[in-house]
Amino acid sequence: MASVVVDHLTKTFKVPVREEGFANSVKSLFHREYRQVEAVKQVSFALEPGEIVGFLGPNGAGKTTTLKMLSGLLYPTDGDADVIGYRPWERDPEFLTRSALVMGNRNSLNWDLPVADTLDVRRAMYRIPRSDYEQRRERFTEVLGVGDLLTKPVRNLSLGERMKVEILASLLPAPPVLFLDEPTLGLDLSMQKRIREFVGEYAAEEGATILLTSHYMADVTALCERVIVIHRGSLLFDGDLADLSERFGAGKTVTVTVAGEMPDVSSYGEVVERGSSKAVLDVSKDTVAGVASRLLADLAVVDLSIEDPPIEDVIESTFASGDAAADATQEAPRT
Amino acid sequence: MRNLAPLYWAEAKMSMQQQAQYRGVAFINVLGFLIEPIVYLVVWRTVAEQAGAINGYGVDEFTAYYIVWTLVRVFNLALAPGAWDWWVSSGRISNDLLHPVSPYHRNLSGFAGAKIVWIAVWIPVAIFLALLFRPGIQPTLFQAGMLFVSAWAGYVIRFNILYVMGLLSFWTTRAQALIEVVIALELLLSGRLVPMAVMPQWVQDVSSWLPFKWTFEFPIEVFIGQLTTTEIWQGLGYQAGWILITSAGYVLLWKRAIKKFTAVGS
Repeated sequence: MASVVVDHLTKTFKVPVREEGFANSVKSLFHREYRQVEAVKQVSFALEPGEIVGFLGPNGAGKTTTLKMLSGLLYPTDGDADVIGYRPWERDPEFLTRSALVMGNRNSLNWDLPVADTLDVRRAMYRIPRSDYEQRRERFTEVLGVGDLLTKPVRNLSLGERMKVEILASLLPAPPVLFLDEPTLGLDLSMQKRIREFVGEYAAEEGATILLTSHYMADVTALCERVIVIHRGSLLFDGDLADLSERFGAGKTVTVTVAGEMPDVSSYGEVVERGSSKAVLDVSKDTVAGVASRLLADLAVVDLSIEDPPIEDVIESTFASGDAAADATQEAPRT
Repeated sequence: MRNLAPLYWAEAKMSMQQQAQYRGVAFINVLGFLIEPIVYLVVWRTVAEQAGAINGYGVDEFTAYYIVWTLVRVFNLALAPGAWDWWVSSGRISNDLLHPVSPYHRNLSGFAGAKIVWIAVWIPVAIFLALLFRPGIQPTLFQAGMLFVSAWAGYVIRFNILYVMGLLSFWTTRAQALIEVVIALELLLSGRLVPMAVMPQWVQDVSSWLPFKWTFEFPIEVFIGQLTTTEIWQGLGYQAGWILITSAGYVLLWKRAIKKFTAVGS
């Protein structure tokens, strides 16, 4: 049975609109105009227990709004959701104990006191048995390498240190469902890696279901086999990360190194990069085999590799196709 | 029914630690509270010296009233409703809504814990005031005990009233105007400005239908000997009633308020 089932979830915000200028300001005193903004439109998906799924989309796509509905912060306008047997927005205390939303660059700890004091309050709030609390705290502290931070006031921690203790605090109740919204936002590479490893270990040990949003593709490729792409509030793709490349990756990246000077290779594909003896070509998927044969036959090839394009490029191409589809829908005549 | 006692204790303890860390600020806050009652005290002592006792309030009673006032003021300090405007509009409340316990309990217990430190700071100030103005009252142990009970009850009532007003921020980000009106009513009808006995009868009648005097005047009068034992027990009954009413108001409004939350900015 799925841990998370999302069924045509929709969220519309009523937003006041007003033209600029003093006259319009006076006019709005008597007559206010609003417009409906559909942040999430009929989104449906399901997550199996233990799955780690990347939830991708450009800024404003509706990712965070969806996570907020699934964590009980927002009421949807329409649709339904079931998270470990609960309807999130009913805010059952048991549901709020067994799920967690961690938002990057947000502070939920007491600013003035040592981290350990906030953790102690969390223990009382989530009614974690003391033995479980001590065992988890010790384990998480070790994995995250934050032992020396527990006695420091939160205001004295760096962003990366604070994010690690935020995650530690959120996971103390050992929630079986975890929503991670940009957990590595603003962190340096080593801190990102540390957090990724911790999330991976937590999921493996606890069998937790995780829905992860991140603009850092390294987070997604390291943790998620499956991704869900949302764009302008609508679901654009739901499947394996490899399939995303297959579907939206425009071509393959061919890197060729020759003995001596690199000749003109523009007839083989789009030249992305060219050095004295090395060139990188963007070649369509359909012709890549033929192009590789020709390169091997025509040139004194020392090395040749064929790779999928970087995932960032695939994602960009996915969003671009979403833009095109949405624009086409808007321009279509209506009857 | 969830047992909230461990949470209340943990929050109160954390709040005490926080206040102790900023004990200098706590001391300045308590000193700040003194300006208002000392002005009232000097004015009404002068009036009583010249005009004699007014409805049972002479120089000693006014002096005692405003010295105990300072303690009750420390007790009934609660989360300012204006804080909600920012809390909700900035989305900062999201963090609290993700927990399995309403922020109400955390705020109620947090402010309660802070009071322990504030009261510790208040004691030398009260001794100084008592030595300076020498109020002529002889409270009994019973009155002291009832002051303790009624001041905590007054805190809960006032906390609830301000909390309910703060929740209006879920509907409008400009609830401040209404809040100002309620605060003005409280000033007049709670005994904060003057003992209600000094006010016209019709004002006293109006105040008896409202919760404000049970947050301010009642605990003071309990201690300075203005009430009989029966009146004290009745007063505690009224306080219990207002705690129920204001708590019900909170519960009803809270459920509707969080449905309005748009989580913007977080």
